[in-house]
Amino acid sequence: MLDEIFTASVFAATIRLATPYLFAALGEMYAQRSGLLNLGVDGIMLVGSFAGFYQVYQGGSLLEGVIAAMFVGALMGLAMAFISVTLKAEQGISGIGLYLFGLGMSELLFQSLLGTPRTVSGFPDIYIPGLSDIQFLGIGQIFFQHNLLVYVAFALVPISAFILNKTPFGLNIRAVGQMPAAADAMGVSVSRVRYITSTIGGAMAGLAGASLSIALIGAYQQNLTSGMGFIAVALVYFGAWRPYGVMAGALLFSFVNALQLQINVIGFDIPTEFTVMAPPIITILALVITSKSKEKPTELTKPFERGT
Amino acid sequence: MQAQTRLSWGWLQRLADFFPVFIAVLLAVITSAILLIALEADPFTAFSEMLGGAFGTENAFAETLVKSVPIMFVAIGITIAFRGGVVNIGGEGQMIAGALLGAAVTLGLGESVGWLVIPLALIAAFIGGGLYGAIAGFLKAYFDVNEILSTIMLNQVAVQLMNYLLNGPMLDPESAGMNHIPKTARIAEIAELPRLVIGFGDNALFDRTRLHWGLIIAIVLAVISYILLWRTVIGFRIRAVGQNERASRYAGFRVKQQIVLSMFLSGGMAGLGGAVQVLGLQYRLQTDGSPAGFTGSAGFNGIVAALFGGLNPLGAVPASVLFGGLLVGAQKMQRELGVPAAMITAINGIIVIFVVSSQIFIQRRMQRRAKLEIAAVEKNKFEDTAQETG
Repeated sequence: MLDEIFTASVFAATIRLATPYLFAALGEMYAQRSGLLNLGVDGIMLVGSFAGFYQVYQGGSLLEGVIAAMFVGALMGLAMAFISVTLKAEQGISGIGLYLFGLGMSELLFQSLLGTPRTVSGFPDIYIPGLSDIQFLGIGQIFFQHNLLVYVAFALVPISAFILNKTPFGLNIRAVGQMPAAADAMGVSVSRVRYITSTIGGAMAGLAGASLSIALIGAYQQNLTSGMGFIAVALVYFGAWRPYGVMAGALLFSFVNALQLQINVIGFDIPTEFTVMAPPIITILALVITSKSKEKPTELTKPFERGT
Repeated sequence: MQAQTRLSWGWLQRLADFFPVFIAVLLAVITSAILLIALEADPFTAFSEMLGGAFGTENAFAETLVKSVPIMFVAIGITIAFRGGVVNIGGEGQMIAGALLGAAVTLGLGESVGWLVIPLALIAAFIGGGLYGAIAGFLKAYFDVNEILSTIMLNQVAVQLMNYLLNGPMLDPESAGMNHIPKTARIAEIAELPRLVIGFGDNALFDRTRLHWGLIIAIVLAVISYILLWRTVIGFRIRAVGQNERASRYAGFRVKQQIVLSMFLSGGMAGLGGAVQVLGLQYRLQTDGSPAGFTGSAGFNGIVAALFGGLNPLGAVPASVLFGGLLVGAQKMQRELGVPAAMITAINGIIVIFVVSSQIFIQRRMQRRAKLEIAAVEKNKFEDTAQETG
């Protein structure tokens, strides 16, 4: 039984399915480190996945699809920044508003432009020469036979760690999230940093959506993400606001997703309802376990007001 | 004399407080018009189709009210939670939890206790939804788990739990083995909530419509919730925690328990909404397996209605009717003009954002007003002392 479950193809699927979580959660991490909680990630992912898909479906290149997805994502991230930074609206509820907007908008566009679920040929798998042939433990199959976006997503982990910890921009983000008054006194514009991180987060959520519709699945249907974006937000908590922690969380959830698929394939006798229930339950448990983390940006969800 | 002028002033000011909400509505209407134009539909035709479809005929209005009933229950619940400082997004899951427990009690008791089955089922539903909501409250209070995330996750869990139960243990025995939709057996006739007819004879309003007594239950609960929140110690504590957690702690309130309590009450209301759908409308618990298959997204629409109703249980009632009308009207619009009804979900999102964003303007004016009042008091004091010494 166990050797049927823990196969190389399950681990390969784990790596592959981590892509949308990684893009969305890394993007959200930037926003949260600067003190801005965007709960609308799932809505942005939905609109992004549709935009990317439609671009490719209309005959655009895959790159154009990615750009379209990131562009609409960035716009929605920018809108979120305007709502929570400039208008200082309560972030939790306005994030839900953004989610509802994205959910309705993607459905509206889907029904009026496509009507029924359609498919496109998405990003092809790229076999890394030499490495993809490694038979030992199935390493070649697990790590080196994926589509381009999978490699990009994992490459963004060390890049994000470098940006956050080693660059002046990263320092500004952290300062704005921990001590906005001090950052402000040092001449860092709190608003500008939060606008930038929110826009980056939005673009990456859009990319996460595209990685579903034009890479992993190659198709679009209603509510394609089915709540992945909310798990991505939780992953930032789970990963203690660090890129490598976020990656560990993304792999955990993609492993659960891969197991779900495998259990269906081998016909293991568990009602599908229970396997679908697993990710949300694990998310709650993960939030409980990591709740005492000291890394949490102290200013998360608090609008900055000069002189208070 | 002076008191009277001040009173009318207060009334005017309160009206002004609603001004941002009107602006939010206006912006939502403008956005809808832009969307409609983009979809190559004439906004004026679309709006009039929606209005007519929602309120145009007696039957349309009855359907609007039918749709608004579950939204009302959830909105009242959301109001209690929000007032207690907890952002409850779990209306969907709590409705399901309440409906499951309510349906189980109804089916279990059958005709054995006569009409008493109705109150018993409603109590069970309140407890079911309440406990399901209390989970998120407990996790927030004692483990600092973000309640928005936990309630959304609990929504997904509840949907799957319902799908499992309605496909297995609670499946209607008559449809077992056949190609079935997930549903329970039909409830006993005595457990049905009566249809709501206003007036007698041939001129009775809502005669021969699906409108049921769930509406009256919801309105009564709105009044009770209003009294609870603003006229009792329990409500005072809940609101105090929502306004200022630290001050409440210093005042000696058990903040953690208040958070669990407000989520219990909030979830209980949503749970009742679920059970009322079973007892008053469907006469069984059924779904199509999709997330909104049973709830019709009332758990999310309730959030919009609660915000729109000014986070006041009494405001939640007309707000819910409005959003019920929006849903019914949108279906008419879809039939007549081919504009997908999903547009309403997008518009709801925009309304949430607009209403929440407008809070800052209300707050700013309140701060300004407070400053003015303080200045007035200081001035009076100064004049009083001047008179005394003079």
